[in-house]
Amino acid sequence: MTAKKPVYPYIPNSVPDVKAEMLRTVGALSMDELYADIPANLRFKGKLNLPDRLHSEAELIRHVDGLLNKNRSTRETLSFLGAGCYQHQVPAVCDEINSRGEFLTAYAGDPYEDHGRFQALFEYESMMAELLSMDVVNVPNYDGFQASATALCMAARITGRTIVLLPVNIGADKLSKVKEYLEPNIAIERIPFDPKSGLLDLAALKTLINPQIAAVYFENPSYLGLLETQADKISAAAHSAGALSVVSVDPLSLGVIRPPVEYGADIVCGDIQTLGIHMHYGGGNGGFIASNDEPKTVMEFPSRLFGVAPTVVEGEYGFGDVAYERTSFALREEGKEWVGTAAALWGITAGVYLALMGPKGMVEIGEGIMQRCRYAMKKIAAIPDLKVTFGNTPHFTEFVVNFDEAGKTAVAVNQALLERDIFGGKDLSAEFPALGQSILFCVSEVQSQADIDRLVAVLKEVVK
Amino acid sequence: MKPITPKPSPRRFHQASWDEPVIFELSQPGQRGVLLPPVETGIEQEVGNPAQVLPDTLRRTVPPALPEMSQIHVMRHYARISQENLGVDLNIDIGQGTCTMKYSPKINDQLARTPKLTELHPLQDDSTVQGILEVMHRLEGMLTEISGMDRFSLQPGAGSAAIYANICMIRAYHASRGESKQRDEVITTIFSHPSNAAAAKVAGYKVITLYPDADGYPDFEALKAAVSERTAALLITNPEDTGIFNPRIEEFVKIVHANGGLCSYDQANANGILGITRAREAGFDVCQFNLHKTFSTPHGSGGPGAGASGVTEKLIPFLPVPTTEFDGQKYYLDYNHPQSIGKVRPFYGVTPNILRAYAWIMSLGADGLREVAEIAVLNNNYLMKKVLEIRGASAPYAKGKRRIEQVRYSWEQLTQETGVHSEEIEIRVTDFGMHYWTSHHPFVVPEPMTLEPTESYSRADLDEYVTMLKQISAEAYTNPEIIKTAPHNSTVHHTHHEPFDNPDEWAVTWRAYRRKTGQKKV
Repeated sequence: MTAKKPVYPYIPNSVPDVKAEMLRTVGALSMDELYADIPANLRFKGKLNLPDRLHSEAELIRHVDGLLNKNRSTRETLSFLGAGCYQHQVPAVCDEINSRGEFLTAYAGDPYEDHGRFQALFEYESMMAELLSMDVVNVPNYDGFQASATALCMAARITGRTIVLLPVNIGADKLSKVKEYLEPNIAIERIPFDPKSGLLDLAALKTLINPQIAAVYFENPSYLGLLETQADKISAAAHSAGALSVVSVDPLSLGVIRPPVEYGADIVCGDIQTLGIHMHYGGGNGGFIASNDEPKTVMEFPSRLFGVAPTVVEGEYGFGDVAYERTSFALREEGKEWVGTAAALWGITAGVYLALMGPKGMVEIGEGIMQRCRYAMKKIAAIPDLKVTFGNTPHFTEFVVNFDEAGKTAVAVNQALLERDIFGGKDLSAEFPALGQSILFCVSEVQSQADIDRLVAVLKEVVK
Repeated sequence: MKPITPKPSPRRFHQASWDEPVIFELSQPGQRGVLLPPVETGIEQEVGNPAQVLPDTLRRTVPPALPEMSQIHVMRHYARISQENLGVDLNIDIGQGTCTMKYSPKINDQLARTPKLTELHPLQDDSTVQGILEVMHRLEGMLTEISGMDRFSLQPGAGSAAIYANICMIRAYHASRGESKQRDEVITTIFSHPSNAAAAKVAGYKVITLYPDADGYPDFEALKAAVSERTAALLITNPEDTGIFNPRIEEFVKIVHANGGLCSYDQANANGILGITRAREAGFDVCQFNLHKTFSTPHGSGGPGAGASGVTEKLIPFLPVPTTEFDGQKYYLDYNHPQSIGKVRPFYGVTPNILRAYAWIMSLGADGLREVAEIAVLNNNYLMKKVLEIRGASAPYAKGKRRIEQVRYSWEQLTQETGVHSEEIEIRVTDFGMHYWTSHHPFVVPEPMTLEPTESYSRADLDEYVTMLKQISAEAYTNPEIIKTAPHNSTVHHTHHEPFDNPDEWAVTWRAYRRKTGQKKV
């Protein structure tokens, strides 16, 4: 068999005759001529050292399956992991819509040829706005971390101040991102939490607040799963010194939890992964930022904001960019932070999710999660030597269990659970040493009573 | 039966136009699109309904006014509006220059949909995620080979996020040498993506922007004047948005290095140079790839993409955490990098796109990647030859020189002769089922049009696109009205844009629209 020039299904003009004719058309004798401007000393010599090509889809599937089948997923193993990425029911229609090539393979077309994505994202903004009771929601940015960082920068720009207050009980990863992002212009001070209730220490907050503070930021539910029952008082404290109240929420909780604007929030942010997006090993995030329709605030958003307007035809909705002149696309470094490819497809997906769920679905899922979570807390608290930390405070989907009295480390407990085919929770011992040997467990609508009972039984056995 | 007349070119297109309401108008109270696992009575008996006994501050009393729809109606609504959208799967998507709108192989989408990836939690024990860790580790290795860098982080969410991560690493590097105060300037070029300038500003730098010289190259004399002991970094694209490769790039890098600055290579547009030239050979310290551009992962209507930040040895300590390591037996995530810039996004990166990019490289190999680059460049130069034959079109700068993977054209002559602007042509293009993009702002090239044909399109595709442009050019000279009143064959017609910039009228959400137009709450 003679060596044949390979055929590339993804490269139509790789057919040798076509290539030769096209070279003739452009008046070049060889491909090299087209690269004439690249100096010889910058040219890569030889062939890249990459694995041999897999010619067919069958070979590729076999290869990738061979790798990914080494993974054990939460479909196969009961999991109680949360801490920033959450396992929920993902309706099939969400996947169906975000797999459609019209959305999946589109990008940056204008509203006339991409009317569909403009409408879908306007609807996403609009449904989020109902959830949040606010009039302005962005086209998604990267993730909840970015949303928090940007919301704080917005608050600083709006108030002209340069210090923000962040609670001590936020996740270390998010804190890392926010710190790095704020570093050049904004200082961070920390608000302690009450060791008994896990809620923000209001008295401490009042001593920290002053006219230099741009924003008081808190999370509801907090990283440790608690619902902040003093939310209105925290916002009031912020406002008393002219600071903004910036609140990060899990949007999935808002069927049962008040939208933050009702307890005084000025800017609300968070991650939409919980709204119909698979966990993807932590790769399924999208960030949202919402505010009231104050021009001064709107002009501080870095993100795209899609809006509706009439067309020349009666009864037709047209869409386009609201206040585009804020963005780095328009103004480079004089724009607000930057805008770029972020998470639009997840925005469309979250819109589909909210439309499928409707108001009743959102209430039902919020109630169901809180019931399951409380049930798990109660059952675990009944195990001798185990303590559910902050157990008297309302929780949404996560809670902290302390193993100090049982004399077990979090690592040992998780290892024992893994040996019994359960993914335990997030080990908090390094992140929050003050909480001792503790694990953050997560329970949602996908864990049944039997699943929770199984966890309880195994924990009992592990700490015996 | 007589034979049917062959198809004309350009094609007679009309976009789907479903006259679809906004989703709230489809609400039918009582309907549900999806159900949930019921809460067992055992749970209810044990805990009641904690949401109902929340304190007033927190208990929501009025459910969110979301639409109420049965499943088929949600599906149909979104299926319909999806048809009112053009992706790579539908159009000859060569009009979005700088964005590398190539074909995203379906097999890679299929692979990324496996529950063995979608249903993984990022905090699972390393022993249960060896497969995906191996994919991440292998892709990192491939990107180091393709760029010549020493290590990569796959964590950034997209290209601009990777640019930003690179600037953060540069900042941390200078800080580690006690030079963070002194080095407060970043130099970039006007034909580099605006995110270079914008992200540098966010990172606290003063931004100096170089403009092109008469030949379209970034002005070397201007660089010499700008660079100093205050320079933290040069952030530059090559080839730039014009598609012109800067042959003096090594000198640019050297002069910045001589002044103690670092050089960051924006390789969002690496498609024309895979296996041809690398960041390493030109002396760059850091670079970034956009996996959703060169490495074929779909653009998702504006993300998720995926960014990859590459660094040379001296910047490895500053990479985001965690890195993915292999100890000879198992893969693991390593957080032990005390000088790291920390996190740039949650967890480890946009894993479905990491997998797709890996599968794409595996299906092409080294020869295939080079073929990608060569055909992308051949397609571009072929397209340029044809476009320059169109009345009123030109390719400013570097006359007679080749371009790499894209060209920033100008309709300046056409505008002068007909009064038709590029932004009007952009809309008219829609009528043919295609798209084009003008340029980033400011329009340094007057009446710009930026085309990047990648390797995915056939000669016939390119010819069809050119035929369309030729027809629109002819219209400009004979019947400009048809351009000025476009679109004619789109889903919608000319939209009144004034409300978008008027705070009293703009409406980012349906509730704002209802309020501002005096309608009752939904």
